[in-house]
Amino acid sequence: MSTTTTFGAYGGRYVPETLIPALDELEAGWREALADDAFHAELHRLATTYAGRPTPLTLAERFEPGKRIYLKREDLLHTGAHKLNNALGQAVLAQRLGKHRIVAETGAGQHGVATATVCARFGLDCVVYMGEEDMRRQRPNVERMYLLGAEVRGVDFGTRTLKEATSEAIRDWITNVETTHYLIGSCVGPAPYPELVAELQSVIGREAREQVLTAEGRLPEAVIAAVGGGSNAIGVFHGFLDDADVRLVGVEAAGAASLGSGRTAVLHGARSSVLADEDGQIADAHSISAGLDYPGVGPEHAYLRDTGRAEYRAATDEEALDAFRRLARTEGIIPALEPAHALARARDLDAELILVCLSGRGDKDLDEALKALEKLA
Amino acid sequence: MSKALVIYLVAEPETPELARAAVDGGADIVELGIPFSDPLAEGPVIRQASERALARGMRTRPCLDVLARMRELVDVPIVPMTYAAILEAYGYERFAGDAAAAGASSAIIVDLPVEMHPELKRIQLIAPTSTDERIRAAAANTDGWLYVVSLTGTTGAREEVSQRVGALVERSRALAPSGLPLYAGFGVSTPEHARAFAEIADGVVVGSRAVQVAEQGPDALREYVASLRAALDAA
Repeated sequence: MSTTTTFGAYGGRYVPETLIPALDELEAGWREALADDAFHAELHRLATTYAGRPTPLTLAERFEPGKRIYLKREDLLHTGAHKLNNALGQAVLAQRLGKHRIVAETGAGQHGVATATVCARFGLDCVVYMGEEDMRRQRPNVERMYLLGAEVRGVDFGTRTLKEATSEAIRDWITNVETTHYLIGSCVGPAPYPELVAELQSVIGREAREQVLTAEGRLPEAVIAAVGGGSNAIGVFHGFLDDADVRLVGVEAAGAASLGSGRTAVLHGARSSVLADEDGQIADAHSISAGLDYPGVGPEHAYLRDTGRAEYRAATDEEALDAFRRLARTEGIIPALEPAHALARARDLDAELILVCLSGRGDKDLDEALKALEKLA
Repeated sequence: MSKALVIYLVAEPETPELARAAVDGGADIVELGIPFSDPLAEGPVIRQASERALARGMRTRPCLDVLARMRELVDVPIVPMTYAAILEAYGYERFAGDAAAAGASSAIIVDLPVEMHPELKRIQLIAPTSTDERIRAAAANTDGWLYVVSLTGTTGAREEVSQRVGALVERSRALAPSGLPLYAGFGVSTPEHARAFAEIADGVVVGSRAVQVAEQGPDALREYVASLRAALDAA
């Protein structure tokens, strides 16, 4: 029973007793898988023959002249975002655990699509919880999930976004825990999820580190990534944690800055930095980006903030929209609104050689972004 | 021996009078729900009741004030029931002290596994998924009685009572110190359910349905609790 697995003061397992044995089983299965060469070989095979890894590294010369900004192109991964790295790994793990039903939450819909995709690929039952506000603003992803055979259950209470979708997915898991694997989409939730998701996403950082070294003969001065729950950021950061000279910069949405303006609190099974009031009640987050519109963040990010290894900044909706349009016009790449936050801060970061995790592509955001850009014009 | 009847109510300004009605109807223990914005173990009824209470300002301190007023009206144990997030913010030791000062007996923290904060004396929960090792730990550390969660799921009324509760209670009796009361809850809403549980466990906990009936006022609640009491006494 390792319910105390933490990152410094953060992490843990604040969940009802019903789930603790399942978390113990998951943790044991995960340790076994990590020690099993066949598991790694299977992940590698899926990554290269199905997902499209390694993803390329692109020098964005026109986006910010005067800097050398490299984009790690997770937008080119199958399904259009880094989420597939995690979904594939957890689907293989779920099968090792004998679980044939998958539940997941989704905000922007990228994790929902990745989960629906792996469930189709492996023949698993798939239920995705999504806030109704997110179903509205990320309609194309809802349609993709339907086409892939997933059941999408709208969540019509509270903020009607990722926070409530996550709560409902956990409630489903409590109810069906013996047959179901909860395929959480970010490095949040009770232990061992934050560690497990970080490991599955760390392929981003490992590849990017080699690619930057090959292209430039040196490491980047800074690595920058958007942070909602924080999985693409933790994945790319993990490649550089031991490189003390490489700055790690996470960028939150200004209206959902769990690290920048949160406090220590418990949400969705873990202790972390959360937008909460002094009584511990969770506050609402606000962002144009559904993927960043979440009042919590992975416990490892709170730890990296406290230790000073990583620094966290914020970008407003307007800054993200501006970077979104700028990347489209200067590089011919339409980013998702989530990494557009990282792109915005990359422009004014006091560093010259910068690696940006371009975590996903922006097709899903066109309606919402174009409307918002019209209003700004 | 008479079976215990535990009634759960969400803390609101009217709750002391409702608690008195519940005790008049035959409740032996009242659980006082301190609402949390994101209660993972709750079904729609208690989640919505929590949202309403929070919208009326029922934060931790006002809830403890409600508890103190309840203490003046009823003479049965009052057990605050809440989530770890509330104690993380308020302070575990401070909560235990202030709740006791307000007249609470013990506490139930739904999402605080037995391994965490062992210094906080509280009623532990076990579930159908609990291993023998975990049931032993919960029974050894619990404060007064053990809360047997009858099913895998969230709180809320069900058509039928869980078929799993019998096996879980039997397993727990073999693992717990002899004489430790086992009270079963989750999915109990009718006198028939209460009676079925009473044949197996030492008491029953009724939450969601009691919260719904309480919305109709003290008289309705008294009558509802009395119907449960009669079913238990006939068991």
